[in-house]
Amino acid sequence: MATKLHIPHAPFRPGDKPDFSNIKLPKAGELRRPPTRIHANETRDLSFSMIRVLDGDHRAVGEWDPHLDAETLRQGLRHMLLNRVFDDRMYKMQRQGKISFYMRATGEEAVAVAQCMALRPGDMLFPSYRQQGLLIVRGIRLVDMMCQCLSNSRDNLQGRQLPVLYSFKDVNFFTLSGNLGTQFPQAVGWAMAAEYKGTSDVAVSWIGEGSSAEADFHYGLTFASVYRAPVVLNVVNNQWAISTYQNVAGGDQNPFAARAIGYGIPGLRVDGNDFLAVFAATSWAAERARQGAGPTLIELYTYRAAPHSTSDDPGRYRPLDEWQYWPLGDPIDRLKKHMIARGEWSEEQHAELEKELTDHVLASWKEAESYGTLNEGPWPPVSAMFEDVYKDVPPHLIKQKRELLE
Amino acid sequence: MTLGEAVREALAEEMRRDSRVFICGEDIAEAGTVFKVLTGLVDEFGKERVLDTPISEAGFTGIAVGAAMTGMRPVVDIMFGDFSTLVMDQMVNQAAKVRYMSGGKCKVPMVMRATLGASRRSAAQHSQSLHAWFAHIPGLKVVLPSTPYDAKGLMKTAIRDDNPVVFFEDKMMYKLKGPVPAEDYTIPFGVADIKRVGTDITIIATSSMVQVALDAAKMLEEFDISAEVIDPRTVWPLDEKTLIESAKKTSRVIVVDEGYERYGVTAEIASVIAEGAFFSLEAPVKRIGAMHVPIPFSPPLEDATIPTERQVFGAAKALCG
Repeated sequence: MATKLHIPHAPFRPGDKPDFSNIKLPKAGELRRPPTRIHANETRDLSFSMIRVLDGDHRAVGEWDPHLDAETLRQGLRHMLLNRVFDDRMYKMQRQGKISFYMRATGEEAVAVAQCMALRPGDMLFPSYRQQGLLIVRGIRLVDMMCQCLSNSRDNLQGRQLPVLYSFKDVNFFTLSGNLGTQFPQAVGWAMAAEYKGTSDVAVSWIGEGSSAEADFHYGLTFASVYRAPVVLNVVNNQWAISTYQNVAGGDQNPFAARAIGYGIPGLRVDGNDFLAVFAATSWAAERARQGAGPTLIELYTYRAAPHSTSDDPGRYRPLDEWQYWPLGDPIDRLKKHMIARGEWSEEQHAELEKELTDHVLASWKEAESYGTLNEGPWPPVSAMFEDVYKDVPPHLIKQKRELLE
Repeated sequence: MTLGEAVREALAEEMRRDSRVFICGEDIAEAGTVFKVLTGLVDEFGKERVLDTPISEAGFTGIAVGAAMTGMRPVVDIMFGDFSTLVMDQMVNQAAKVRYMSGGKCKVPMVMRATLGASRRSAAQHSQSLHAWFAHIPGLKVVLPSTPYDAKGLMKTAIRDDNPVVFFEDKMMYKLKGPVPAEDYTIPFGVADIKRVGTDITIIATSSMVQVALDAAKMLEEFDISAEVIDPRTVWPLDEKTLIESAKKTSRVIVVDEGYERYGVTAEIASVIAEGAFFSLEAPVKRIGAMHVPIPFSPPLEDATIPTERQVFGAAKALCG
């Protein structure tokens, strides 16, 4: 078929040697940090270039440096490392058949962790998957997350939802959807309601660059723009939507952040593996929303180092070592080096922390398993599936439940 | 040959035969779909004809409707049937009605492939069987193969049909094996297949439930109950004649379908039987479908929501008792 259509290709496929030298990265500290009351038009540089704080010598530089104290940095490092150790343990447990499904956030831990740390507890989170870091920052116990993945007697969702599709209303973490993008307009609706109610809370949502092709992404931006809703909308551009490269969703050379401008929304494109840059951009956007100045779209430029899920085999579509060549590195390693450069951290402390967290994760797993395993139970009661279909269990479900239990 | 391979072979043969046939959907090229059903097609037909699309079901279904109106024969791949809720406007208000609304001047010869079926531990949003939604709509045809042979023959008919066709594959049946002849063949729509001949009771079953019905029939055999198992293969058009004749012969009927029982395929077929064979029936028609709850993740919970051979067996025994 002769065609003039442009069919996007991934830059590298299995067998290729990755070379990302074509990705033009601005120097850290190069971009200005404008006041938050700004028109979308004035964010062209911020949405086409990239906000970066950590430079090649691991120093924090430029106007976007959030000037975080050492304790905050240690917290951030701890949360990110816990996220990774937790993910690795759960991945191993899936491989051993102890859970059926898992999704790791490897390589993109700074997104959820730094963003959540830049928010207030009252801010409502409308996540996509791979944002378990939000729950870690909000203080959800690993045991509770593990019990959800195990679908055991302590599963807070009573065996109803897919592993990792968490829901923790108590910490303002909305139910994850397996069908993509639905959270974007919902976050805008929540933010509009917050304005009606007169609170200063903002809504924050995340979508993958792949699912930004869903209509819900565009609905969310349209409504956020029209009503100037206090919302922070994030596109996590981790390069891969299962097997399709980011250019399948966005075309070539078109930053996702820049889409905001057409909607009249400021766009920020951020080095998603730079903890400080992610923190700073999120603070800017949250402050803007709280001031009533309106929404912001942030693109977090990162890399999905792990497979899409435990059901995915990236060997079919990308070089398995591609992450090693990723020019923005590893967010944990970069923050660690920055803290060491500041004299606030050491390799020894890091190794100690890693050991502590590994032990903590292992102990949590043992505790979670004591409440039941996926294969042998105890599971949530079968009767649980008839509850919460409606507010009250209707007669036909009472009948079905009775028949089933007989 | 497996059911998945049969679908792939049908698509490959039709793509070789007719250059207007192309496939579009998510993760279909290098990945060959998440179920690996289309593995290798991109190598033979290239990325233009095995088109990886943005994650935008309504978007790529819309482009398929547009392309089909020019005479192309798109095959749209909806990864999980649950995502078909996103394409309802394009399928229901566009694809199904364009011929009608254009005074017969435009046609939409497209196929929408989607999966159905629970028991994969995929929970509420990846396990539903929503084929009844499409069967409700004038202008659409709805196909539910239960064997590799049927899948291949019906897929070829679907691609060659000048109407929009919705083709549901049970994701748990992709590895099901069965004989498939080497030569080209098609299976007409609206012709049911008697999967097992019997005299005492008719079990009408679709897609994933055909195997369940056959297993139940085997269990019934031990109690000297001879069950006839019929697969309509297309729920629209529906082979009412074959279903009614069997009902008249056996005088007892069970209808099993994995969709939600209420307002579903089982209700439609039960009413066809009631209207066509009422005076031959010894018992009310029994419907068995998925429970009226979202499909839970937990294996023991999920297994309780969908019809099983034991349940069909029990219902049949009660009807024949």
